[in-house]
Amino acid sequence: MVAYANVSDIGSPPPRKRLVARIWSARLDYLFLVPGLIIFGAFIVWPLIASIYYSTLDWSGFSRNATYVGLANFRALLQDSYFLSALWRSFVFTLMTVPLQMLLGLVFAIVLNNKLLKFSTLFRALIFLPVVAPVAVIGIVWVLLLSPFNGPINGYLLDGHLVQRAIDFLGTPNLVMWSLAGIFVWKWTGITMIYWLAALQTVPDELYEAAKLDGIRMRQVVVHIVLPIIAPFAAVIALISAIWALNVFPLIQATTEGGPFFSSEVMEVFIFRNAFAPPSGQFPRLGYASAAGVLFGVAIMFLTILQALAVRRARARRGENGND
Amino acid sequence: MTDATHFRAPRREGFFTPRRRRFLTSVVLAVICAIWVYPMVWMIAASFKPNSELFRNPGLIPIHPTFGNYVRAWTEAHIQRYFFNTLFVAVGSVIITTTSAALMGYVLGRRPMPGKWLLMGLMVFTVFIPQGYTIIPVFELLSRLGLGQSLWGLMLATCGQSIVVFTLLFAGYFTQVPNELDEASRMDGVGPVKTFLFVMLPLAKPIIVTVVVLQSLQAWNDFLLPLVITLANPALRTLSVGIYSFKGENFVDWGGMTSASTIAIVPIILLFLFLQRYFIDGLAGAVKG
Repeated sequence: MVAYANVSDIGSPPPRKRLVARIWSARLDYLFLVPGLIIFGAFIVWPLIASIYYSTLDWSGFSRNATYVGLANFRALLQDSYFLSALWRSFVFTLMTVPLQMLLGLVFAIVLNNKLLKFSTLFRALIFLPVVAPVAVIGIVWVLLLSPFNGPINGYLLDGHLVQRAIDFLGTPNLVMWSLAGIFVWKWTGITMIYWLAALQTVPDELYEAAKLDGIRMRQVVVHIVLPIIAPFAAVIALISAIWALNVFPLIQATTEGGPFFSSEVMEVFIFRNAFAPPSGQFPRLGYASAAGVLFGVAIMFLTILQALAVRRARARRGENGND
Repeated sequence: MTDATHFRAPRREGFFTPRRRRFLTSVVLAVICAIWVYPMVWMIAASFKPNSELFRNPGLIPIHPTFGNYVRAWTEAHIQRYFFNTLFVAVGSVIITTTSAALMGYVLGRRPMPGKWLLMGLMVFTVFIPQGYTIIPVFELLSRLGLGQSLWGLMLATCGQSIVVFTLLFAGYFTQVPNELDEASRMDGVGPVKTFLFVMLPLAKPIIVTVVVLQSLQAWNDFLLPLVITLANPALRTLSVGIYSFKGENFVDWGGMTSASTIAIVPIILLFLFLQRYFIDGLAGAVKG
C-alpha cells in the first residue's frame, strides 16, 4: 500500500524551476491534453484562422482553382444589400427576443421560486420542455401549427371570429420576423428562467422570513429586496441570451429558409445560401461566404466585449454598495 | 427595511389569504403551462390521426387513432435510418467529448502546467464564435481528411462545438477539490494516471453526468453541421435534417411529419425527465461562473 520510494518522482514540482524543467516535469499533463487539443485545434482554432484566409479567395469549391482576390470580397459585401440587411436583421432579432425572454423568464422564475407553491417542479419542467426539443424539428411543427391552410391556430382564430381571413404568419414579409421571434422566445425562455432561478438562489432565505415577519407584502419584497440582489446577474444572463439569439439558423432554415423574399434571412442563412445552397445555375461562393462569416464574427466579438464590460461594471457596482 | 407596513402585521387580507393566493397562482400557472406545451401535445395527437382526419378534426383526441403514420415515417421516409444515425453521432460524440474534456479540464484546473493560462485565455476567447463563422473550414477540413461524407466526420466535428464549455466546466470543478486528496494519494504511491482515474473522476461524477446530458442534447439538436455534411449524401442524415427534407418532399403529409417529429423529440424529452437535475444544474452553472 504505502510506497515511500515513489514519492519523489511524481506530483507537482517546486515552484521555482527553469521553464524547460517545469515543462519536462509536466510532460504527463501535456499528454492528458492531447485528445482535447486535437479537437479544439482542428474544429475551432483552425477554422478561425482558415476563415480569414478563405475570405480573400474567389472560390467555388468544386474545382480547386481558387484565386486570391485580396479584400475584394469585403468590398463587395459592404455593397451587397442582402448582406447588410441580413446582418442588420440578426441584431434586430436579438433586440426583439432577448428583452422579452428575460422578462418572461424572470416572472416565471420569481413565481416558481416559491417553495410552498404546489407542483412548482412540474410547472418548471413544463416551461423548460421546449428547450430540449430539437430546434429544427419543433420549427417544422410550428410551420404546421401556423399554416394558413388548415393550421390549428388559424382554425381557432377563425372559429372564434378573431380574424376574418387566415393569417399567413410565416409567409407575410412584415409579420414573419415577429412570428419567428415568438417561436424563438417560446423555445428558449425555459433556459433564461433557469438562469434567473440560479440567481435567485443567492437571495438568503432569512430575508424572506424576516420580510414575512415584518408583514411586508410579497410584491414589495420582490421589488425592494429580491430585484436589487439579482440585478447584477442581468448583464450575464443578457449576454448569454444574446449570443444564443444570434444562433438562430436552425429555426429559420427549418421554417422559412430566409423567405418570403429574403425577409427573414439572417446572417447564418445568408452564409449557408452563398456557400452551400446557391440558386440553381450559380456556383457556390465559398470565399464570399467566408468573408461574411468573418465580418459576422467580428461584429459578435465586438458585441461580446461591450457586454462583458457592462458585466464587469455591474459587478463592481455590486461590490460598492452591497445592501441597497 | 422597516417602514409603515411593519405595524400592519398581522394584516387582514380579506379573500386573498396566502393559501388561496397560492392556489390561484397554481391555477393560472396550470393554464399557462397547458398553452405552453400545446404545440407538443398537438404534435403527438396529430401523429395518431390519419391525414384525412387531420385537417377536419382540430381537437386533441383522434377519432380514428392509427399507427399508420409511424409505420410510413419509420420505413418509407427512412426515419429509422436517421434515428440510428443520430444515435450513433450522439453516443460517439458524448464519449469523445466527455473523455477529452475531463482530461483537459483536470490539467487546466489542477496541474501547475506551464502555458495553461495561455490555453485558458484562448479557449475563453473562442466561446462566443458563431457556427456560421467556422462551418466552411470545418467542412473543408473534413473533406480533405476523407471524412466529409461520413458519420465519423460529423461525430468529430460535433465534439468541437461544445468541448470548450465542457472543459471549462470540468476545470472549474477540479479547482475546488481539496489539495489533501492529491497529497494523500501521492503519499500512498499512487501514480498520476491512477489518481485521475480513481480519485478525481469519481469525485467529478455530477459534472460528468451534466456533460453527458448536455452533449446528448447538443448532438440531438444540431442542424447546420449535419445539414452541410449530408447535402450530397442523404443516407447520412440525422433526424433534424431528415425531417427538414421530409417537409420539403412531402409537404402535405402532416401525419408523417408529426409522427417523425414525435420520434425525434420523445427520446430527448424522456432523457430530460429522468435526468432533470443535471440539465438544470449544468445550465445554471453558466450564470454562477
